[in-house]
Amino acid sequence: MSGGNTFLGMPAFPRNAAAAVQDSQLRFNLRKATHTIRGKRASVVAELPDWAELRAAGKEIKDHTLRNLERYLLQMEEAVTAAGGHVHWAADAEEANRIVADLVKATGETSVVKVKSMATQEIGLNEALQAEGITAYETDLAELIVQLGDDWPSHILVPAIHRNRSEIREIFHDKMADWGRAAPEGLTDEPRALADAARLHLRERFLSTKVAVSGANFMIAETGTLVVLESEGNGRMCLTLPETLISVVGIEKLLPSWRDLEVFLQLLPRSSTGERMNPYTSTWTGAVEGQEFHLVLLDNGRTQVLADEVGRQALRCIRCSACLNVCPVYERAGGHAYGSVYPGPIGAILTPQLRGMGSALDASLPYASTLCGACFEACPVAIDIPEVLVHLRGKARHPRTERLGMRAAGWVFNRPARLARAQRLGGRFRRFVPGRLPGPLSAWTDTRDIPDIPAESFRDWWNRTDGGAR
Amino acid sequence: MRVALFITCVNDTLFPGTGQAVVTLLRRLGCDVEFPRAQTCCGQMHVNTGYPEEGTRLARHFVDVFAGYDAVVAPSGSCAAMVREQYPRLARATTPSFAGEVAEMVPKVHDLSEFLVDVLGVTDVGAYFPHRVTYHPTCHSLRGLHLGDRPTRLLEQVRGLELVPLPGAEECCGFGGTFAVKNPAISAAMCGDKVRNVTSTGAEVLCAADNSCLMHIGGTLTRQRAGVRIMHLAEILATTEATR
Ligand code: SF4
Repeated sequence: MSGGNTFLGMPAFPRNAAAAVQDSQLRFNLRKATHTIRGKRASVVAELPDWAELRAAGKEIKDHTLRNLERYLLQMEEAVTAAGGHVHWAADAEEANRIVADLVKATGETSVVKVKSMATQEIGLNEALQAEGITAYETDLAELIVQLGDDWPSHILVPAIHRNRSEIREIFHDKMADWGRAAPEGLTDEPRALADAARLHLRERFLSTKVAVSGANFMIAETGTLVVLESEGNGRMCLTLPETLISVVGIEKLLPSWRDLEVFLQLLPRSSTGERMNPYTSTWTGAVEGQEFHLVLLDNGRTQVLADEVGRQALRCIRCSACLNVCPVYERAGGHAYGSVYPGPIGAILTPQLRGMGSALDASLPYASTLCGACFEACPVAIDIPEVLVHLRGKARHPRTERLGMRAAGWVFNRPARLARAQRLGGRFRRFVPGRLPGPLSAWTDTRDIPDIPAESFRDWWNRTDGGAR
Repeated sequence: MRVALFITCVNDTLFPGTGQAVVTLLRRLGCDVEFPRAQTCCGQMHVNTGYPEEGTRLARHFVDVFAGYDAVVAPSGSCAAMVREQYPRLARATTPSFAGEVAEMVPKVHDLSEFLVDVLGVTDVGAYFPHRVTYHPTCHSLRGLHLGDRPTRLLEQVRGLELVPLPGAEECCGFGGTFAVKNPAISAAMCGDKVRNVTSTGAEVLCAADNSCLMHIGGTLTRQRAGVRIMHLAEILATTEATR
């Protein structure tokens, strides 16, 4: 379903996007949803006179933590252990999945409830557990829709953003019974009715499941505390009811101290849901009476990203998805085209760094942007996404024809006389330039005319007239 | 003050009229503008497509050509942004001496509207253009150079001109250099929405400070026979009652 492996063998971004853009229902849903959140975000951000300072502080705190990551990770481990929790280190997805599966098996249970978490999607935990005979139940409303629909998430924060109300009603009506309590008779597509159906379905699950798996938005090294921000309260049910709690958290989620959290509790809700404050913020430190706690610290390519001086800023990301909501490419291509649990602008710089650029899809992601800069402007931790995109393009493999074309253009631009000769050649044959260009350039003339080529370039005009004096 | 015109390769080759308009306009405002003939291209296409070595070579050439001038004026927001934002990054990977040359160069490079408003201190350039015009701010002018309302302040002072606001003005038109051919479906979809917004204004002319974006939007406008002309900001500002 939503695992890391299911994206294997997907075509490159341009093809996925070209297919998605044809789907008018999808385009309508996405446009409506992204523009609504975009507007809300803009107005709550504008309310804060010190937003620029908060943003700078968020960037600085994250950079400081990343520079001293080892120290803070060890501090985190020590604090969690002292509070009765168990800390596990996972170098990659396989190791993390193994650890979680073994921990669940040790409890004797065959099902877990899940708090919405990007890290566990990144490693394909649900599928890995399935292979061991353990069923993972998503409890976030949107993740539930995705899971029941046997679908992939298409947005970080609103995974079912590509679905509208009537589609959701259909999924609930058809699929809920297969996973537990069936949808009530006569279910309508009223938001209230849908939420009630989900509530009844999930409530049974919360009360009967003994193991929960979560991620975390932040980890505080000073005290060993984990922090989850959410809107629905489902997360809190998962975090508090079960007898065993396993949290899988990327190593870059650390903050040094409680004081630092103040900055992020302002940056994150306003950037993500466009709310001044999210409804539920849960924090926990180690084990509590009646609950065993395990923390799995996940690397899975992150230390490799950290080694790249330009690319490492992607690790500042707090997964708010503001960059998705303002991105004109995401708005039209949808999340699935990016072939990763991280779609949109952040996905375009994170996925190729975490997975490498070996596949056609991953190598095409840095090009899934016009470099318009809307993402950078919206990012609450000032990740210069266009800078990283350009940096990754410099490391990508290029098609042969493009390489030759670029080399030829470079050769022409290296000498003004060559440029002038090329321009004159173009001017002489301008009448013969076809309205539809051949080869890769047909991509231009399929929907656009090419401009008329002038008989005389600017430089020839300047030379002939002495800058207009003659 | 020695002012050099950086025409940019796209304008030089495809839109010489824009360059001529800049020359006319700056002369009218009392500037003696020179055209250093050794100039070619800023290297943006190479760098943004993933060829930093070629881009750096062109950046070095640019700095050599324009080093002696007090100001360099480019009728292109994205080429000016290229120099300002990307040259320092490219230079960091080379030698400290080149990085120093770039640091000296950067504050001297201006987009046309910036040069007019900030350096020359004018917003009324004495232009006359009795038409209904809408303005597309272009991403690199807006979010790269932070030109703000400079271009529209200039347009508002043009006699006879009726400036109509463009819905969704800040949204990218979908050009993005080689993006337009690497991701043609998304590029066309973005441009389609931009064109719809342009035609909804009832403007006769779509104006911008970047001919690359205009070439993309204009190519779609003519393909759709939308009846809206494209014009670079310089061409509107250069027009007077006498020259019409
Ligand atoms: S890159 Fe920035 S805007 Fe995008 S999800 Fe991460 S923190 Fe949010």
